[in-house]
Amino acid sequence: MYVPVKGGEKAIDNAHCWLADNRRGDRDVPELGLDQVREQLGRAVDRVMAEGSLYDRELAALAIKQAQGDMIEAVFLLRAYRTTLPRLAASVPLDTAAMRVHRRVSAIYKDVPGGQLLGPTYDYTHRLLDFRLAAGEPPPPAPEADADPDAPLPGVSELLRSEGLVEDEAPADDEPVGDLTEEPLAFPASRDCRLQALARGDEGFLLAMGYSTQRGYGNNHPFAGEIRTGSVSIVIEPAELGFPLDIGELTVTECQMVNQFAGSAEAPPQFTRGYGLVFGHGERKAMAMALVDRALRADELGEPVSAPAQEQEFVLQHADNVQATGFVEHLKLPHYVDFQAELDTLRRLRAAYADAGDEEAS
Amino acid sequence: MSAADGGYNFAYLDEQTKRMVRRALLKAVAVPGCQIPFASREMPLPYGWGTGGIQVTAAVIGREDCLKVIDQGADDTTNAVSIRRFFARTAGVATTERTDEASIIQTRHRIPETPLTAAQTLVYQVPIPEPLRRVEPSERETRRMHALADYGAMRVLLYEQIARRGRVTQSYNYPVMVNGRHLMSPSPIPRFDNPKLHRSPALQLFGAGRERRVYAVPPYTDVVPLDFEDYPFTVESWERPCELCGAADSYLDEIVTDDAGTRLFACSDTDYCARRRAGEPREVQA
Repeated sequence: MYVPVKGGEKAIDNAHCWLADNRRGDRDVPELGLDQVREQLGRAVDRVMAEGSLYDRELAALAIKQAQGDMIEAVFLLRAYRTTLPRLAASVPLDTAAMRVHRRVSAIYKDVPGGQLLGPTYDYTHRLLDFRLAAGEPPPPAPEADADPDAPLPGVSELLRSEGLVEDEAPADDEPVGDLTEEPLAFPASRDCRLQALARGDEGFLLAMGYSTQRGYGNNHPFAGEIRTGSVSIVIEPAELGFPLDIGELTVTECQMVNQFAGSAEAPPQFTRGYGLVFGHGERKAMAMALVDRALRADELGEPVSAPAQEQEFVLQHADNVQATGFVEHLKLPHYVDFQAELDTLRRLRAAYADAGDEEAS
Repeated sequence: MSAADGGYNFAYLDEQTKRMVRRALLKAVAVPGCQIPFASREMPLPYGWGTGGIQVTAAVIGREDCLKVIDQGADDTTNAVSIRRFFARTAGVATTERTDEASIIQTRHRIPETPLTAAQTLVYQVPIPEPLRRVEPSERETRRMHALADYGAMRVLLYEQIARRGRVTQSYNYPVMVNGRHLMSPSPIPRFDNPKLHRSPALQLFGAGRERRVYAVPPYTDVVPLDFEDYPFTVESWERPCELCGAADSYLDEIVTDDAGTRLFACSDTDYCARRRAGEPREVQA
């Protein structure tokens, strides 16, 4: 049978029609609203916003619906939309110390000023399927907190810093912050660029990389100094105005990892830091990011670079799931021409091999 | 979720699985300090939060047992509360916060201050069972090193710490030799607790769920921290006693009490501290 190689246009249209039908599923089941995705699949929305580098719950919900819940596809949709947006302003650095905290835990001190705030968390839930949820039972009302949610909580790593036990973060300089969406990544990458790459990076990849550092590949046993989630204000300072403007707020998760002491001829033994910050409620990602950030500082801290998670190029070149999925899935595209060239070479090699065999036999 | 509310076996795991864990534990007791592979199961809490300890506890617990669970020495921390509640629900066993009342104590990161007895079993939750992991990332290689009792690399690591810093900087998870043969990770207990492992009358079982290993220290077994003649093993000490109960012999937590960095030092073992404050004499049993 002759297999046609032309006529893709009609096939594509039909495939997309089928996809739309497939996405809708059984038409007897009510259609999913974006408000439902936004409100009830909040962690999915947060992840797509984080890896899509665009904070917009509504658009992320649309992307998730459109992608049938395929998270990388949804990230891709959001990223592609993001590039069409004009860049209006850059905000001043977020002041996470002034965060309106929903959740804040420290694993290094039993109690800290402001206390441990468990917040809404899956920690300590026993992972048993909840069939009451399947039955559509409404949840009981959540108890109201006594604490003032607006009271700022001092950062836990500040407590260590005031004692000189943890390194100071690099002082603010006048250098503009790098932006990978505007400039290509260069190696060695500066920490600001690395952090941006990690913040946009795939949660699963960073998780595996962070995990590998805990299991022995670039061992650097960390402590979770603090993990906090809450709302922070976005402030811009337009040059023409000369004063700061609060333009809104967003939810972020921040993680400060405290790692075992480095120390050198110049610096006394002290704890070092790894840092993670992601949009929305994303502790797994923020923690993994902080582990990998710390691992990537090996060079700077004079540690041997021996494990995958310590290799800048390895980590940063492979962390982006939109890039990764594109290249892996491009293998689905036709490769007739290059494959033909391979076939030709292989046939010639085999012929030469057979000839050589014949000569030996004779 | 107990048998009463349907569906789950006594102590969650099915009997076949418990038998498999028990067989691994028997082997572990027979070869002290040696890591025995076992077919760790998915448990309804995350790997790394005590799945190994829970499987060991589930395998050895009976209806007559009384369970205590501690995390960092404390009975009242979230993970300890969660695990204790899990067994109260799935096994319906009695639970306690008192060390001397418990027949099984599941622990994360501490050995109770109150001396244990021959009637008790201590179950450790272990994140990284392989003591050689920090010098050799490959499992295949570390298995070979154990088989040959090739522990030179670990000694070199400690030696390097002394050469660089003038002391061994391993502050917790301090490696020990068990029964003169196997190098063992004591789990991330502070150095302070290492001496309590030595010749303990209690059976000590270690479960690592994520890494799928169990190991054991049978009662009255020698457990000796790795050290050097001129750099002997030392434990942590504090300049002050516990500010709540006055104990000078217990491991203290540092608690930050205000923004100005004021600290309070108190026993990490909440049962020990509470009982001393209640004026109860320290349990001393043979």
